[in-house]
Amino acid sequence: MNWDWHYSGQVIPDLLDGLRVTIIATIFGYLIALVLGLVWALLRRSPSRVLNQAVRWVTEFIRSTPLLVQLFFIFYVLPAWGVTLGALTAGIVGLGVHYSTYTAEVYRAGIDDVPRGQWEASRALNLPRRRVWFAVILPQAVRRIIPTLGNYLIALFKDTPFLLGITVVELLGSAYDAGAHSLKYLEPITVAGLFFIAVSVVSSLALRRLEHRYATN
Amino acid sequence: MPPTDTTSPADPLPERAADGTPGKPPTRVPCGIKFEKVVKRFGDNVVLDHLNFEVAAGERVTLIGPSGSGKTTILRLLMTLEHPDGGIIRVGDDPLWHMERGGKLVKANERHLHEMRKRIGMVFQQFNLFPNMNVLRNLTEGPVHVLGLGKDEAVERARGLLDMIGLADKEDAHPTQLSGGQQQRVAIARALAMEPTVLLLDEVTSALDPELVVGVQDLLRDIAANTDVTMLCVTHEMGFAKDISNRVLMFDQGRIVEEGTPEAIFEDPEEDRTREFLSAILAT
Repeated sequence: MNWDWHYSGQVIPDLLDGLRVTIIATIFGYLIALVLGLVWALLRRSPSRVLNQAVRWVTEFIRSTPLLVQLFFIFYVLPAWGVTLGALTAGIVGLGVHYSTYTAEVYRAGIDDVPRGQWEASRALNLPRRRVWFAVILPQAVRRIIPTLGNYLIALFKDTPFLLGITVVELLGSAYDAGAHSLKYLEPITVAGLFFIAVSVVSSLALRRLEHRYATN
Repeated sequence: MPPTDTTSPADPLPERAADGTPGKPPTRVPCGIKFEKVVKRFGDNVVLDHLNFEVAAGERVTLIGPSGSGKTTILRLLMTLEHPDGGIIRVGDDPLWHMERGGKLVKANERHLHEMRKRIGMVFQQFNLFPNMNVLRNLTEGPVHVLGLGKDEAVERARGLLDMIGLADKEDAHPTQLSGGQQQRVAIARALAMEPTVLLLDEVTSALDPELVVGVQDLLRDIAANTDVTMLCVTHEMGFAKDISNRVLMFDQGRIVEEGTPEAIFEDPEEDRTREFLSAILAT
């Protein structure tokens, strides 16, 4: 099996289109994961036991079922109940909701890690609840969990090929299509892998800088 | 040692209008404290056992006693960091953990606690400054978001306090860039920025290196000398307690064993338990 450089060059534009879709899915999926994860984490601290336990079960359930099953559910089952989402939107929602259950745990650990004295000083100052969370606790918690949150960004990025299962032509999908078209899979699949590595490495370096910045500030 | 600038300490707590809460006294009216049969338990351990005592408005009282005798719990109950298992605590004329409904005392809601906490400030052993904020924001956070001061007014108040504690040049610094003594002085300023009428000091020099203790103690002496704030202080520093307090309460196992003027307690205690405790402190 010989490597065809000319063919490799030919498939790159298609793969870049796929990469664009992958990056869109990663960014929006991750934003959902960050916001929804925080919502889960805050609800888990609710004084209402019912709410607390309900959130615990929902997140546990989502975490314990495969991402692909969830994507199938969102894309193929929800339309039966009148909720029809485009393939990419369904993929973004699926990735976001799935990873939100992991980021929720990260937030929880970060919040638990903020010293008790910070809560007590906030109370002694009589700060309103919102202010305690958003000005005192979360900024300190997030700073501590940036490395772990960053790892989940990269993990989510690497899970985007699952979107192939619901017809999204992302990076791997575009490589597969190119291979199917020419019956030559070596080049497109290898180049797609290299694209994944390149983005992962660049993201890791960016995250390391971010960690360093927060560690030194 | 911080400069003992007498211009600022003379007015570290500038007068301001009453907060306007209906049915509540203005925040700056000096408040006394009253414990009536207060009980506090942690599990089976009874930390305060039907404790009664009173502190007059503007009085400076030091609580001494061995570890676990309930001193810090008293401050934490007052700051609403712990809730009592029985009895009534009053700050000013109003019950702290209860509110009056139809002539009866019922458990206070969060709104009542919020109003009552405006009268009280606390300085912690471990400072507990907010590390994600610079010094100036540590001092303006409460006045802006709790007292509703405009940003400029809060900054002006904070700068006046920083001047008073001798750290006017540190307003942009983050707490981690300050020494322990400086952090504690900022923590004191942060509490004062809220204009409390009761100031609780929980072993505020215990976590400091010996050479940094003096600066913090001098600042508190200034505050004691120049304000009418009611002070309740837990400390093992007997010299400091003598300087700032009108009265000393000796605690053991959740009860007051002896009380009196600092001179009486430190120089001529009546109770054996007090003598024992004082000699143990002097030996360390």
